[in-house]
Amino acid sequence: MPPLLEVDDLQVHFFIDEGTVRAVDGVSFSLEQGKTLGIVGESGSGKSVIGQSILRIVPSPGKIVNGRILFQMGPNDVNEQGIIDLVTVDAKKSLARSIRGSEISMIFQEPMNSFSPVHTVGSQIMEALLLHSDLSKAEARNQAIEMLIRVGIPQPENRIDAYPHQLSGGMRQRAMIAMALICRPRVLIADEPTTALDVTVQAQILALLKELQEEFGMAILFISHNLGVISDISDDVLVVYFGRVMEQAPVGDIFENPLHPYTQALLRSVPGIDTPVRTELATIEGSLPDPLTYIVGCPFFGRCNECGGNTVCRDNPYELTKVGDRHFVACPRMCVKL
Amino acid sequence: MSQSDVLLEVKNLKKHFPIYRGVFKKVVGYVKAVDGVSFSIKPGETLGLVGESGCGKSTVGRMIMGAYRPTSGEIWFTPPDGSGKVNLAEMSPKEMKPLRPHIQMIFQDPFASLNPRMTIREILAEPLIVNNIAKGAALEGRVRELIELVGLKVQHLTRYPHAFSGGQRQRICIARAMGLYPRLLVADEPTSALDVSVQAQIVNLSLEIQNQMGLAYLFISHDLGLIRHFSQKIVLMYVGKVVEYAPAQNLFVKPLHPYTEALMSNVPSVRPELVGKKIILKGETADPINPPPGCAFHPRCLYSQEICSNEEPKLRQIGPDHVVACHFSETLTLNGCDAFGCSI
Repeated sequence: MPPLLEVDDLQVHFFIDEGTVRAVDGVSFSLEQGKTLGIVGESGSGKSVIGQSILRIVPSPGKIVNGRILFQMGPNDVNEQGIIDLVTVDAKKSLARSIRGSEISMIFQEPMNSFSPVHTVGSQIMEALLLHSDLSKAEARNQAIEMLIRVGIPQPENRIDAYPHQLSGGMRQRAMIAMALICRPRVLIADEPTTALDVTVQAQILALLKELQEEFGMAILFISHNLGVISDISDDVLVVYFGRVMEQAPVGDIFENPLHPYTQALLRSVPGIDTPVRTELATIEGSLPDPLTYIVGCPFFGRCNECGGNTVCRDNPYELTKVGDRHFVACPRMCVKL
Repeated sequence: MSQSDVLLEVKNLKKHFPIYRGVFKKVVGYVKAVDGVSFSIKPGETLGLVGESGCGKSTVGRMIMGAYRPTSGEIWFTPPDGSGKVNLAEMSPKEMKPLRPHIQMIFQDPFASLNPRMTIREILAEPLIVNNIAKGAALEGRVRELIELVGLKVQHLTRYPHAFSGGQRQRICIARAMGLYPRLLVADEPTSALDVSVQAQIVNLSLEIQNQMGLAYLFISHDLGLIRHFSQKIVLMYVGKVVEYAPAQNLFVKPLHPYTEALMSNVPSVRPELVGKKIILKGETADPINPPPGCAFHPRCLYSQEICSNEEPKLRQIGPDHVVACHFSETLTLNGCDAFGCSI
C-alpha cells in the first residue's frame, strides 16, 4: 500500500528583494495512516513551511519551486481519485479547497489567532461541515456539539454559542481541534499546538490527540521545537535544520541513539536527568547561517563539534544516507559513531 | 539561621486585584492573584518559583520589584550596606529609590524590554546615570565592562536593539541589570521566548555571572527542567498559594503534594514505556476570583477526600526544610520525577 502522504524533494524558496531564502531545501518523507511523524527544529529551520506547503498556504513571496507532494485521495472523494500531486494543484481553485479542512486539516500554535473573534466557536466549526458536505444547518450543529463532547469541552450546548475570547486557552485549543477534525480528515498537521499551553494542559491535549488518532485513524504531522513533546507523541522523527533534514529515525532511535552531531547537540542543550544540576549546559556555538546564503554541504558546518572545520563537510554535497532500518542521517563525513 | 543570613524574606504576601463593574465602578470581587506566599532567599542562592500560568508567580516578582503594592504581607530586604533589614512592602516609592539598584529584573520578552530608539550604549548607561554610579570616562569604562561580561563586543554598543537576535537581546538585558551591582536578580521566564540551544547559552551565562558576582536569583519559570537545573530551593504555587516549598532535590525525588506529582508526570517523558503512567489532570486551574472551598486543588486531585473540600490545608513542615500544604502528606506515597521517566 502506498503511504497516505509522500513528500519528495520539496523545495520552497522565498524570493525577497535581498535575494532568495531557501526555507525548505530538498525535504522528503512519507506519512502513513494512523502514524505520527514529528518534525523538530529550531526557529527558522523551515519546519512550519513544510506544513504550509502541504496545504498550499505558503505565504507570499514563498513558492514551491521543486518537488512533489503525493497525496492518496480518499475513496469517497468526488473530485479526484487515486494519487494526486498537491504541488500541481491550483492553490486557489476548488480542488485545493475541497482538500483543505476535509482531507487535510491543520491546527496552530495560538488558537486566539486562528479563530475569528467576531463569530461564535460553533459557527466556525460548522462552517467546515457546511462547506464540505450537504448537511442541513441543524444537522451540522448537532455534529459540532458531538465533536465538542469528543474533545472534552463541558456543557457543549452552551459553549457552541460562545465567542473564542470567552474560552480559556486550553478550551480554545480543544475547540480548534474540534474544528480541524469535524470533517474527519485523514491527515492532521499540528503546528506547535501545545507551545502556548501549560504542562498539565499540554498533557491533556497530547492525550486527546492520541485518543482521537486511535479512533479516527488519521495520520498526524506534528511540528514542534520541544523535544520532549516530540518524543511523547511521535512514531518517527524528522530533525530539520536550515531547511534540510539532518536526521530521520524512529522516535526511540532519535532519543537513544542520535547519530547526527546536530541532533546530539540539540539533545544535550536541554537539562536532562543525567545533567548534574547547576553545571554548564552544552551549547551550540554560533548562530544559524545567514538565510540568504546557499550552502552546498552541511549547513551545520562551522557550529559542529565533530567536524572540526574539515572542509569536506562544507564542500561535499548534502545527502541523506541510510544507516539503518528507517534511520537516515545527513552527515558528509559520517562523523557519527556507528 | 541568624537574620543577617537572609537577603530577602517574604511573609504572608498577598495581592488582591479589585474587579470593578457598572457605572459607579463598584468593586464586585477580587482576583486573589497572590494569597499568602512566604519564602526566603539567602545571598548567592537561587530560589525557583514555579507554577502554571495565572498562579501568581509573576505577581510575586513584581511586588518584590515594587511594581505592585502588596495588599498585605511583608517583604524584608537586607541591604548590603549593613543598615539592617527593611520592609519594602511599607515603603513609599521615594524611600525605595535608593534600594532599587540592589534588586534588578530581567523579563521574558527581550524584544519588548529594550527601547528600539536607544543604542545599546544608551541602554546600558541609563541606569548608571540615573543612579549616579558613574560619569564620563568611568561611565564608558563600565559600559564596556558590562557588554563584555555578557559575551558581546564593544563594537555592538553603537547598534540598536533590532540588529540583535533574541538571545543577544537577553544578554543585553542581563548586562543592563548587572550595571548597578545588584544583590538580587528577579528573572521572570527569561528563556521561554528562546530556542533550546540559545536557552542553554543564557542559562550558562546566568550561572557564570552568579558564581562571579555572588548575587541571588529569584528564578520564575513554568519549565520544571530548567528550575531543577538552576535552583537550590523551589516554591511551587497553585492559584495564588504555596503548595510546596522544599530544597530542589527533595521536591523532584520525593514530592509531598499531589499537584507536584501530577506536574512531574506531565513533563514529557523520554521513556515511552512510562508514558502510560501519566496523571492527566481533569479540568482546569481553579478560578482565582472564586477559588473552590478547602484545598484549591481538590477538584482535580486524585487523592481528595471529604476534608479537602471543607478545610483549607495549612502549610506544614514535614521533614527538614520541606513545607507542604496537603492534609495527607504523611500518608500518601507519591512518585517523583524518576518514576515517570521525566526528560528533566
